[in-house]
Amino acid sequence: MLTVEERQEIEKEIHHYEHKQAACIEAMKIVQRHRGWVSDESIRDIAAMMDMSPTALDSVATFYNLIFRKPVGKHVIMICDSVSCWIMGYENMRDHLCRKLGIQLGETTADGRFTLLPIVCLGTCDHAPAMMIGDTLYRDLTPEKIDTILKQYA
Amino acid sequence: MPSLWIDGKTYEVEAGKNLLQVCLSLGLDLPYFCWHPALGSVGACRQCAVKQYRDENDSVGRLVMACMTPVTDGMRITLQDEGSVEFRAMLIEALMTNHPHDCPVCDEGGECHLQDMTVMTGHNYRDFRFKKRTFNNQYLGPFINHEMNRCITCYRCVRFYRDYADGPDLNAFASKNHVYFGRDCDGALESEFSGNLVEVCPTGVFTDKTLKEHYTRKWDLTTAPSVCHHCGLGCNTLAGERYGSIRRIINRYNGAVNGYFLCDRGRFGYDFVNAGTRIREPLASSGETKTQVPVSVEKIQQLVSEMNAGKDKILGIGSPRASLEANYALMKLAGPEHFLDGMAPKESSLVRLALSILRNGPARSVSLQEAGQADAVFILGEDVTHTAPMLALSLRQAARQVCVQKAAKANIPEWHDAAVRELAQEERSPFYIAATGATRLDDVATKKMCVPLDGIARLGLAVAHAIDPSAPAVDGLADSDKQLAGEIAAALMNARHPLVVSGTSSGCSSVLKAAAQITIALARTREKVGISLIVPECNSLGIAMLANGTLENLDERIKSRRYETLVVLENDLYRRLPSAQVDALLESVKRVIVIDHTTSPTSQKAHLVLPAGTFAEADGTLVNNEGRAQRFFQIFAPEGEIQESWRWIRDICPESRGNRKTAWQDLSDVIEALCQDVPALAKIQEAAPTSDFRIKGLRVARQPHRYSGRTAMVAHKTIHEPKPPEDPDSPFSFSMEGYRGIPPAPLIPRFWSPGWNSVQSLNKFQQEVGGELTGGDPGVRLIDPDGSDSPGYFEDVPAVSTCSGDQVQLIPLWRIFGSEEFSVLSEAVQQKIPGMSVIMNPKDAEKANLKTGSMAVIESGDMKLQLPVSLCESQAAGTVAIPAGYRGAAWIDLPALGESGRGMKNERNPLVPDPDCSGSGWHSDCGSQSDLA
Repeated sequence: MLTVEERQEIEKEIHHYEHKQAACIEAMKIVQRHRGWVSDESIRDIAAMMDMSPTALDSVATFYNLIFRKPVGKHVIMICDSVSCWIMGYENMRDHLCRKLGIQLGETTADGRFTLLPIVCLGTCDHAPAMMIGDTLYRDLTPEKIDTILKQYA
Repeated sequence: MPSLWIDGKTYEVEAGKNLLQVCLSLGLDLPYFCWHPALGSVGACRQCAVKQYRDENDSVGRLVMACMTPVTDGMRITLQDEGSVEFRAMLIEALMTNHPHDCPVCDEGGECHLQDMTVMTGHNYRDFRFKKRTFNNQYLGPFINHEMNRCITCYRCVRFYRDYADGPDLNAFASKNHVYFGRDCDGALESEFSGNLVEVCPTGVFTDKTLKEHYTRKWDLTTAPSVCHHCGLGCNTLAGERYGSIRRIINRYNGAVNGYFLCDRGRFGYDFVNAGTRIREPLASSGETKTQVPVSVEKIQQLVSEMNAGKDKILGIGSPRASLEANYALMKLAGPEHFLDGMAPKESSLVRLALSILRNGPARSVSLQEAGQADAVFILGEDVTHTAPMLALSLRQAARQVCVQKAAKANIPEWHDAAVRELAQEERSPFYIAATGATRLDDVATKKMCVPLDGIARLGLAVAHAIDPSAPAVDGLADSDKQLAGEIAAALMNARHPLVVSGTSSGCSSVLKAAAQITIALARTREKVGISLIVPECNSLGIAMLANGTLENLDERIKSRRYETLVVLENDLYRRLPSAQVDALLESVKRVIVIDHTTSPTSQKAHLVLPAGTFAEADGTLVNNEGRAQRFFQIFAPEGEIQESWRWIRDICPESRGNRKTAWQDLSDVIEALCQDVPALAKIQEAAPTSDFRIKGLRVARQPHRYSGRTAMVAHKTIHEPKPPEDPDSPFSFSMEGYRGIPPAPLIPRFWSPGWNSVQSLNKFQQEVGGELTGGDPGVRLIDPDGSDSPGYFEDVPAVSTCSGDQVQLIPLWRIFGSEEFSVLSEAVQQKIPGMSVIMNPKDAEKANLKTGSMAVIESGDMKLQLPVSLCESQAAGTVAIPAGYRGAAWIDLPALGESGRGMKNERNPLVPDPDCSGSGWHSDCGSQSDLA
C-alpha cells in the first residue's frame, strides 16, 4: 500500500504530463526516496495508479540501474568504473572498499549500512577517481580518504 | 517503378517498401532477425546490414540497415562485398556469445531461424571462451515453454505480444546483456494469441509446451494443409503427425485469412484427435442393457440390410461441424426433403439470416485481412475474442489504422513500425462496441455501451437512421443514445473502410438485422462498406447453403413422416435441443445410426456407431463466415476402421437409393456430384486441385525428404517395411516420395526451402514477402452480392424490453476456452477453462440478495440452474450472462427471459468436482454443472 504522502506526491507529478504513464519514473523515484527501494508490491501499487500493467511498469523499473528492485543498505556507495577513474586507480579504490566493508560489488554489508555499486561516469573526470554516497560526491580518492569518509556514515 | 542495382544486376521493384523486404521478395538470401512482415521494421538487430553506394563512381559505400532503408529509384547496393559480409558474420557472432548452443535438446532445433541465419552468415566456429549469462525461466501457463538463455534479444516477442496483440503481461526487462523477456512474475500468459510466440521467436525461447509432451522434429512430421475446425473463421493450419497421433498445429499462411497468426484455441485444441474419447471402431448396442460393443463389418452389413429390406424411411441430421462432402452424402442418402441442417433451431434461423444478409448485400463480407484494414469499426453484440478469436486480432489492427494513415501523411511508411507508433501515441481509430457486458476488446474501444440485446439493436437502427434519414427511426431513444448514434454514424461515414461486425452468438435476430441496416444505409452513399458476421461453427454457413430442413418442430416431423431410421452425422443433438426432447426423439425411431469421431451423449444412445475421421483423418470442404470455401486435407491414414463420414454413408447406402459405391470412388467424385446438384456451391471445385492432380507426374509428398525411421518405426510389429497407404482422395502421398518444389497454394504441406528450415521459409512461397502466396491465396469466395439492387430496410424496430420484478434477460456467455466442443478435450486447453459462473450487474445482484460467489438460482421455462455469481459493473442491468457451450452442462435455449431467484445457500462446494461427473477431471473447476436441473 502506498502511503498518503507518496500518493499525493505522485499525483502532483502526474499533473505535469499529458499521459499519466509518463510520470511512472518519477513515481518510482518518489517511492524509492521514502522506502529506499521499490518492492514488487510497490510496483503493483504504482502500476494501478498509472493505469499500467505491473509488467509494463517493471519493464521501465528494471531498465534503470538506479531504481532499486532489491533492498539496499542505508547508504548506497556508487563507485565510478569509467575510463578516467580506471586510469587513475579505480581498481585499487574498489578493492579497498570491498576489503573495508567486507562485501563485493552489488552486495550490502551485514549490518545493513552500506551497499556498494559500480556506476558509469559521475562527470568529474578531472578529479578521478570518484565515488558518490547518497547525493554527495567524493573526488580525488585515496584509501586514506575513503577511511575518513566512511567514518562519517556511522 | 524504381530500379534497383544489386551486385551488378538491375531489378525493377515496387516503390515504398524497405530494402530487406524487397531483397527477400527478389529471392535473395539476406539474414535478419527483428524484422517480421506483419510487425514491420525497428532496426533492433542490425543483422540485415548491406552496403549502399552513392552512385556508380562510389566504390567505398556505407553500411545501411536494409530493413530501415526505403527503396529509392536508382539505388545501388551490394550484399556480397567483403565489408558487409564480415559485418553480418561479426554481428551474429556477438549475438551468439550468450546463446547456449543447446540445439540437440532444443525444441526449435531443425526449424530454427537462428540456426539458418548462423549458417547463412558463415559463422561456423565459436571463439567465445567466457562465461555466458544465465537466466531463470518462468512458468507461462500450459501453452508456452520459456527458455530465456537462448534469447538473442531481437524484441520480436514483445513486438508481437504487446504491440500487435495488445497483451499486457509480456515485456522486456533490464538492459544490455541482461535484457529479459517475460512476465513480472510466474503465471499463465493472458493473451489468447500467446501461441504465436512459438513462431514469432526466431529461436527456442518460446516453444510449444503441448508439442513437448510428444516431441517430434519438424523433419519427422507428416504434414498436410488443414483448416481449423474450432470456430467459424476457417484459419489455415498445418497439422503434423507421427506414430498415429497429431503432435502440433502451426500456422499455414493465407494472406486473405489468418495471415501469419493463429489463436490459442486453434493452435492447442488439437489433442481431441488423440484423446481416449475417440470412437475407433464400429459399435452396436446389444442385449437388454444396450451396452455398445465392437461389431464386425458383416454385422454392420446385416444391420444395414435389415434397414434396407424394410425400405426404412430415413431421416438424416447433418452438422455444421462436418464437411460439405459428408453432409452432401447424407443428403443424398436420406433425400433433400429428409435432410436437416443439424443446428439448434434458433441458431439455424440466425445463420440463415446472416447468409441472406451476405447474399443480399450491398455490403461485402470482409476477409480477416480486410477487417484489419478497416479504419472505423462498430461491433454489435459480440465478444469477438471469444467467438471468433482471430477476427479480434484483426480488429486490433483496425484500431491502429488511423495511426498508419496519420503516418502516411507525415511521409512515414507503414513498415516503419517504431516511428508509426511514436507518432500516433495513444491515438486509435473510431471503434465502438455495443454489448450486453464486458468484452475483451473494450481496451481499444473509443466508446462502449452495455445494454440488453434489444438496446443494442435499437442503437444499431438509430445509427442507420442517423446515416440515412430514410431508414426507420427509433422512437423513445434517450438523448445520450441519440448523440452516441450520431457519433457512430459520423465515424462510419467519415471512414475510408467502415466495418460493421456482428454475429449469431447473442442469439438475437434484431441485432443482426440492425448491423445489416447500418451497412444498407452506408451503402446508399458510399461504395466500400464492409460487414463481418460471426457464425458459430466451422461449416455453419456451408450447411445453411446446402440443407433446407432444420430441427424446428422435429418431433412433429418424425410423428407425421413415420421415420424408422435416424442417421446423425458428426453431431451431438444434446448440444442442439433440450435433453428431454432428444431422449424422446431417439426413442421414437427404430434405429439410430451415429457417424462421429468422438463419443457423445448422442452416440452413446445409438444402435450403430460408425467411427468417422476428424479433420486429421479426412478431407473435405468448409465454408467460413466470409463465405470462403476452403479444402482441408487428411494428415495421416488412421489405424483400424476409422474412415471419412462420406465413405461410411456411401457404404451403408442401399441399392434402392441409387448405389453410389461404384460412382463415388474418391472425394473428387463426391465434390463433382455436389457441384452439379447444388449450384450455389458449384465453385467449391476451385478450392483446391482434384485428386488426380500431379506435378511432373508426381504427387505432393506429405513427408519431408529428411523423414527418418521409416524402415524402423514399425519394427516392433513387423520387420518388413509396409507399403505406404494409398490416398485416392487427394494429390498427396503418405510418404517421402513426391514433388518437393513449391506446389499450388492450397496444396502446401509445409514451409521449407533449402537453407530456410524455419517457418520463415514462407518468404519463398509468397509472390512478394508479406503478400499473397504464389498463385493466389487458397480458398474461393462463394458469396458476393452483385450490388445491382440495394435491398430495402428492415422495418421492424424492437421495443425497449420491459423486465418485470425478478425477470432478467439471460444472455449466452461464450468462452474461447470452454465453449467449443472439441478443444476442451485437450489437456492444455482444459487448464485455461474458467469456472462456470453467471455474470450479473452488482445492482441486480443486490436486488436478488446475491454476492460474489453466492449461488444464484435462475429459472427459464422448465430449466432451472444454479451457479455461483460473479459481479461485473459492465454487465448491462437486467441481464445475466450464462456460460454457454460447456461440455456436460445442460443445453439451454438462449437468450431467454428468466427469473433470478433469491441467493441460495450452496449445498456443495463448487470447487470440488462432483462425483456424478464421471471421466477426466477437466471440469473440476465447474463442478456445479450437475446442479443444472
